[in-house]
Amino acid sequence: MKYILMMNTMKAGCGVPSWPQKDLQAHIAFMLALNKELHAAGELVSAEGLSFPDQARQVRAGKEGKPITDGVFPESKEFLAGFWIIDVDSPERAYAIAAKISAAPGAGGAPLNMPIEVRPVMSAPPKEML
Amino acid sequence: MSKPWDETCEHLLRELAPQILGVVARRFRDFVSAEDAVQEALLAAFTQWPQEGIPENPRGWLIQVASRRITDQLRSTIARREREELVAREAETIAPLVGLESDMDPDDTLILLFMCCHPALTSSSAIALTLRAVGGLTTAEIANAFLVPEATMAQRISRAKQNIKASGVPFLMPSSEERAQRLPTVLHVLYLIFNEGYTSSIGPHLQRLDLSREAIRLTRAVRALLPNDGEVLGLLALMLLTDARRSARTGPHDELIPLDQQDRTLWDQAEISEGTRLLTAALSKGSVGMYQLQAAVAAVHDEAARAEDTDWPQILALYELLMRISPSPMVTLNHAIAAAMVHGPAKGLELLKTLDSDNRLAEHYRLDAVRAHLFEKVGNSASAIKHYRIAAAHTTSTPERNYLMSQAARLDQS
Repeated sequence: MKYILMMNTMKAGCGVPSWPQKDLQAHIAFMLALNKELHAAGELVSAEGLSFPDQARQVRAGKEGKPITDGVFPESKEFLAGFWIIDVDSPERAYAIAAKISAAPGAGGAPLNMPIEVRPVMSAPPKEML
Repeated sequence: MSKPWDETCEHLLRELAPQILGVVARRFRDFVSAEDAVQEALLAAFTQWPQEGIPENPRGWLIQVASRRITDQLRSTIARREREELVAREAETIAPLVGLESDMDPDDTLILLFMCCHPALTSSSAIALTLRAVGGLTTAEIANAFLVPEATMAQRISRAKQNIKASGVPFLMPSSEERAQRLPTVLHVLYLIFNEGYTSSIGPHLQRLDLSREAIRLTRAVRALLPNDGEVLGLLALMLLTDARRSARTGPHDELIPLDQQDRTLWDQAEISEGTRLLTAALSKGSVGMYQLQAAVAAVHDEAARAEDTDWPQILALYELLMRISPSPMVTLNHAIAAAMVHGPAKGLELLKTLDSDNRLAEHYRLDAVRAHLFEKVGNSASAIKHYRIAAAHTTSTPERNYLMSQAARLDQS
């Protein structure tokens, strides 16, 4: 079963977190180790970090299909910072991995306990319909 | 060196791979090293045979190359540990490389299969390892079939091999008692591989390995090894009788076509008659099991030239038997469908109520999909639409979701 784990942490308009260097390094090391661990377990399909909010643009088709681009508005509450796609044997395993990501160390090394959205990827084989 | 290289070579190597692995693993009593050595031998064949032609005795050639690799590896490992004195002793325990053909034992493949489908492994590990070790597929082919990166699949396989090593399972045929206990796991793994194959007919997955065909090929091999097991025959029959409907199951845009609307002239009659023959043979063995009963249901569907000719009373009777010998909420659900076809949709809806308290199915889309279907039949469109939409929200298959949403939309418009 494939799941996407979405890390919604940043507030729009925010940039690089201003943590002490030691804490920032601990956070980065945690994420790298986690990806290594998921890969070694044969569970990692893909993992991507996304650019900071100030590089995000919203695009809509205008008249004649031409793109209209806009910045992302600072009042947006949450912003997707990155995601993992994993292939695991049970939803419980997906939740356990999400909980681990959620507890990534932040400022002062304390767990961030950030919300991780877990959703099944539409990858199940279809059954014959009656 | 005689015959030229062609496509049959690839098939030959695929057929030989598990046999070679079985022989080498038994001789050296080390599954993990044997697996690596056999992969190297296959690679050597891939690179050398096209130039030099296929050897007169391809099997012996591969065993010899794999055995040499593993012997070299053993020696260098021991040397690394600087325990020279062990070399002589280890060498003595290695069986001499003579009488290769007499070494061939069909039981080796069976041992491999029981090892790969060990209950200690998760089902995804067991599937991957079975396809690799018994099916002779490459890691890339398996990764592609499951749409995961090759490196991830390689890790999954290597993790599975380590687990087997750590569990200390010897490379020996399990006792007949253990075999009886573990055979259901083996059959379940084969069945899961078959079901995964449903995906490959859908979507832009060109060049994907056909997992249903692989499952059928593997199950045929198991049947050759255990020709008297009714459930092995039953599973093979079930696969063939289901696979026979493959080209009728989806439309030109990969949309799902339900059983009662399929163009039955597209059903594969050769697969149906082989499946039916196997099923008859299975039932004559005297011990009826769940795969034989499911195959019997598939056979009843397959023998109806038109949907309205389906012998539903017989299907109902088969599900009543299934409820007795292997009860599960899914069997209860299918029983309710059959009852609805025999005694009317209201009866089906009544039977479905018994599943409401079963939390194994509470959020499962199948319950809502069936309920929607039956509500439509009794003329209650509002409830049908509601349950089609609940089912659409709960499935994790895109073709199913499209189908269920379309059903709701169709009723909403009329």
